[in-house]
Amino acid sequence: MTLLSLRGISREVDLPDGTVLPILTGVDLDVAPGEHVSIVGRSGSGKSTLLNILGLLDTPTAGGYLLDGEPTDHLRARRRSRLRGEVFGFVFQQFNLLPRRTAVENVAAPLLYARGRDFLRRRRTAAEMLERVGLGARADQVPERLSGGEQQRVAIARALVRAPRVVLADEPTGALDVETGAQVMELLARATAENGAALVTITHDLSVAALADRRFRLDAGRLAPLVEAGALDAATSDRGTG
Amino acid sequence: MTGVLGALSEAWDEVRVHKSRVVLSLVGVFLAVFAMTTVTALGLIVAQVQQESAERGAGRPATIAVNAYDPTTGMPPDPAEWDAAVTELVDRYGIATAASISYGEGLYRMPGGTQRMQTMRVSPAYGDLHRKEPVQGRWFREGDRTALSPALVVNEAFLEALGIPDLSSRPTVVLGGPAPVRATIVGVVREGWGSEPIVYRVDRSGGPWGDAGAVDPAQAMYGGPSTLELWVPPDQADQVMEVVSRDLGAALGGVQVDAFRQDASGMEETLAMLRLAIRGAGIVVLVLGGLGVLNIGLVTVRQRIREIGVRRSFGATSGRIFSAVMLESVCATALAGVAAVGASIVLVRNLPLEQWLNDGIPLADAPGFPVAAAVEGLVAATAVGALAGLLPAIIAVRAKVIDAIRF
Repeated sequence: MTLLSLRGISREVDLPDGTVLPILTGVDLDVAPGEHVSIVGRSGSGKSTLLNILGLLDTPTAGGYLLDGEPTDHLRARRRSRLRGEVFGFVFQQFNLLPRRTAVENVAAPLLYARGRDFLRRRRTAAEMLERVGLGARADQVPERLSGGEQQRVAIARALVRAPRVVLADEPTGALDVETGAQVMELLARATAENGAALVTITHDLSVAALADRRFRLDAGRLAPLVEAGALDAATSDRGTG
Repeated sequence: MTGVLGALSEAWDEVRVHKSRVVLSLVGVFLAVFAMTTVTALGLIVAQVQQESAERGAGRPATIAVNAYDPTTGMPPDPAEWDAAVTELVDRYGIATAASISYGEGLYRMPGGTQRMQTMRVSPAYGDLHRKEPVQGRWFREGDRTALSPALVVNEAFLEALGIPDLSSRPTVVLGGPAPVRATIVGVVREGWGSEPIVYRVDRSGGPWGDAGAVDPAQAMYGGPSTLELWVPPDQADQVMEVVSRDLGAALGGVQVDAFRQDASGMEETLAMLRLAIRGAGIVVLVLGGLGVLNIGLVTVRQRIREIGVRRSFGATSGRIFSAVMLESVCATALAGVAAVGASIVLVRNLPLEQWLNDGIPLADAPGFPVAAAVEGLVAATAVGALAGLLPAIIAVRAKVIDAIRF
């Protein structure tokens, strides 16, 4: 069964000089529940755009996107927002923690948009999630007092707190050193697996990409399976975000 | 339900986290609402002072003054006939408040010798009609009209001339003349200028001393016929004047009866203009405060654009972002409004306003802190919050999620 299904997805942007810049061209991708997929590519290859389309943050110019078998192209903005909150969890390269809120407040933030019991129990749920990522003792610290690794662990706890079916991670180790990045990635992979969530990672880190069940290469807006080590090197030789 | 709670919780969270910015932005609103509420409250009190001051002189709306005299001699009608005619008139038309006033000169045995002083002899109802609020003691009451010792209400200059500091010694003064009598000072009013003594004497007394202290009208420098004052509903004033002139004229026979409205006309309009001007000034101040909030709100929302993008990634809808930004502004300004109204109440209640505005004379109908001003202050603060939050909220909603996250 397919959870996310992209067929012939294209994304173009209009430039000020009147020309059209293609970002993605004919992208096909299926992601099954609980699957770990990684996408590597050069800077500007369209990786982040693809992730934004998957997370309903952006819409494709052409092509079809089925979420759990349901077409997403005619979804109203309100429904897209609700689906985004219920189905997806986001992990960003720069963590994007809410400043001046404690770790537990940051983790509880997505539950402000949940309903009923999830909303009412949000602080307790957030504290439990922080325990799971090993930051129970730092729950009352503001991001400014946490290390980069700790901040990303808070971000992971925040991404998982609504028990999403898909976690979308955009360069999750991009702002961390190699050792911390590996620890964070291990945590992310383990936590999403424990939740039964699919994980889609965009990365230029070969070791991070290698953790995935399936790997893809995005080059000039076109997505292709990535199987050979040499091709992986070529795909990430120009390190950066896409 | 949880959606509303969530939006409120989010807004409150913003206010809590950004206390310094919020407090800074609200200083203007606080001052504006404080000024508006205080000025409105003070304005109402000033208006009340003005109104009572005018009414102390000319009577409450509508006061009809009635004079009766013989057109050939200029003398007042026989007191017994006058009293009977007035009683019948008042009973017939159910007039609740009617006061009699006569002017004359009296002889008072003061420490420095007997002095002639202008005296107003009035019935107790005169106090209601003219809002007499003694600063010491009391005004006349019905019982004084049968007391054997005539009751007097004097001003502070009279008391000083008598060499008495206050009423604690239950002071008296002898009224001279052919049948002297010791009169009792029952109250002190704050009236007159400088050392000018003012004396009110109850219109009648028990015993044979009704004329005690009275100077022969022929020798008096000032005197005149009795005046009757009637307190009637303003919309019936014209009708009452006509009826009173006709009925009293018929009852007294050959006596000229003049009735005219005595209370200050146009007072209502003047006070309405005063209130309008005060309100206008308050609104201008509030608008300036609102502009301050708007300005800071606009700057803040641009700084928070990334955070807004992150919240959108959590599933926040446009409506939710809009309401959160709006509510933040509304919550904050409403809080500022509550604080401002509270401060205003404390200030207005603790200012010695009667001392400053009314020469220390207690107001007969001292207005409490006007509820309307408090409510207006709160509503105005909330409205300013809503208006000042509108533009930032629109900007927040129009920001593209992806751009916002990358901001």
